[in-house]
Amino acid sequence: MANMAQAIRMALHYAEENLGVTDIFGEDVGMPLGGVFTCTQGLKTAWNSPLDERGIIGAAMGIAMGGGRPVAEIQFCDYVYNTIDLLKLAGNTCWSSNGDWNMPMVVRTPVGSGIRGSIYHSHSFDATMTHIPGWKVVMPSTPLDAYGLLITACKEQNPVMFLEPKALLRVKGEERIPGEPDDDRALSKMIDAPLGDRSQWKAQWPELQEFAIPFGKGKLVREGSQVTVVSYGRTLPLCAKAAATLADEGISAEVIDLRSLWPYDWEMIKQSVQKTGRVLFVNEDTEVTNFGEHLVRRTVEELFFSLLAPPRLLAGKFLPGIGLADSLEMASVPQQNDITEAIRKLAAEQP
Amino acid sequence: MSRPRLIKEASAPLQLEKELLLRIHDLMVKTRALEERLIQMYKQGHGYFWIGGPGEEAFNVPLGMLMKKGQGPAYDYLHAHYRQSGTILALGEEPIGALRQMKNTATDPYSGGRNFAGHFSLRKYNVAPVSSPIEVQYAIAPGTAMMQKRHGGDGITIVTGGDAGTAEGDFASCLVWSTRPANPLPILIIVTNNKWGISTAGDEQHGEKHIADRARGFGIPAKTINGNDPIEAYNELKEAMEYVRKERKPYFIEAMVSRLYGHSSASGANFVGNEVDCLKEFEARLEQEGVLTRQQMDDLKNRYTEELAAAARQVRDEPQPDPDSIWKHIYAEDK
Repeated sequence: MANMAQAIRMALHYAEENLGVTDIFGEDVGMPLGGVFTCTQGLKTAWNSPLDERGIIGAAMGIAMGGGRPVAEIQFCDYVYNTIDLLKLAGNTCWSSNGDWNMPMVVRTPVGSGIRGSIYHSHSFDATMTHIPGWKVVMPSTPLDAYGLLITACKEQNPVMFLEPKALLRVKGEERIPGEPDDDRALSKMIDAPLGDRSQWKAQWPELQEFAIPFGKGKLVREGSQVTVVSYGRTLPLCAKAAATLADEGISAEVIDLRSLWPYDWEMIKQSVQKTGRVLFVNEDTEVTNFGEHLVRRTVEELFFSLLAPPRLLAGKFLPGIGLADSLEMASVPQQNDITEAIRKLAAEQP
Repeated sequence: MSRPRLIKEASAPLQLEKELLLRIHDLMVKTRALEERLIQMYKQGHGYFWIGGPGEEAFNVPLGMLMKKGQGPAYDYLHAHYRQSGTILALGEEPIGALRQMKNTATDPYSGGRNFAGHFSLRKYNVAPVSSPIEVQYAIAPGTAMMQKRHGGDGITIVTGGDAGTAEGDFASCLVWSTRPANPLPILIIVTNNKWGISTAGDEQHGEKHIADRARGFGIPAKTINGNDPIEAYNELKEAMEYVRKERKPYFIEAMVSRLYGHSSASGANFVGNEVDCLKEFEARLEQEGVLTRQQMDDLKNRYTEELAAAARQVRDEPQPDPDSIWKHIYAEDK
């Protein structure tokens, strides 16, 4: 099965062939590198930009205004912060012009920890991005979801922030992308750029099919009855694994992959929490004014009388950065044990 | 009466056809009357904030007249700043729209009562929404220029901003992105230099002799012109636009202009008196050359002043936006 980087690449190929994507660009996005995570190798509309994040977001806005359909990349979300007011502007252009203009643009950026990326390659961006209205914000945790969400993003009339959990970019999926060949090695040979001279290389694209995952729809990853776990991105597979482990102890945890942060699938959360009475929100962004806090607040306000225990948030520590040393990174953002323990503890709480 | 100092020996008599002079003059008077009415509205409590372009008419009017007007990449894009009512009127907009924006009525054609005066948006003419952050338009403009280059034809992108904002990185971004050897862009980069950033004098903050010198460093043909002279502005803009349309490469104009009522209503919006008034100087030339009489010009000013006063009375009675309308247009609907 394809990994997430290959899935993203295939979705972009599908989008430039079929959905009118005109420009896939950013720092090192074009050949010879095709993206520092290889997500844009071999794409016909990919090009390299100057090392200028504000220029990248600005150009994407202009391309969208000029009738194009850009997919811009910020190489690491750690470097998106100097574009915040342009993101705000892209998000308010439709509203402030009273519907006169709209911005059909996608911004992709790798987020989160997991590669020992130290202080400037480990940031998360979901907390900040969900503070910026006018955008749609998604974050897949599987290659197939990455494919389907990116195809929907490329059909949108509005700006979409596509957050790529960098720890999962190289993880192979368990579901086949429509059109993907059966053999992983065959796929790699077709679409992964070779080492060395790439000047003559061209990708051999499989016959991909459209597979669009609607925004605002979560995915029920595992059914359970005692506790609901809501997560997305890097921490989602950890939550699923924790639930599987805890099942052996007789703890039944339901796991929801939110996938789409704005809009998000409140109905799915609501139905699950009304069933279990306990909910743990898990993500790795810093915990103060975290998106999970919004979900906790809404749970308290709307589902209070369904609850058997206080809703909990497990998130990154409120620290200025994630340190390089293994011990520092592990202590800064939720790890497998933290998640398993948090679910176990919550499942045991009684009114 | 001595010759106005703007007239170069070589440029007298007036270099443009009479019909064109009359059109420029008419639009300059209309724009000034509009700005003065907007200031009046602010002072009478019919608006929360005024910002605009009295003192930039001689440059902004010719700019609007010369734009290739329409929607989409075949036509010119304008990424404007908030002192360009003259350009908007030259594109054919009725001034009452600006009054509606000042009064933040539901009928405001540019933002539905959501944004400040002078923050125009006209997709029908490729005018990008004006926003308050200084200079963001310089980062956005290369994007429309890329689409126009790819589209072919002679549509160009025009981006304007003030001198103070050139200190922001977006101005440098524009110079870099417009001149990438991989893809030079059909873009006319303009700075209207009024030598002020709110209360701070430009010469205290900027060591470069001319802002245009920065463009020259990127190999962009660049001129510093007298933006208070509508004839010079018209001719220079025409030449610049012809170059960009034909060569599909950037061109830079720094236009020296005045700021006749200060930065905005935050600084009182009172006439400053010690800066060149482009309209007054132009009218002296028109009178001297026998193009118009003082009486004709006074009549025109009075007519526009009366029309705008009537329009302001009309706007006063128009409804405010419905509170529920805050939820409209957060997202565009699928088309």
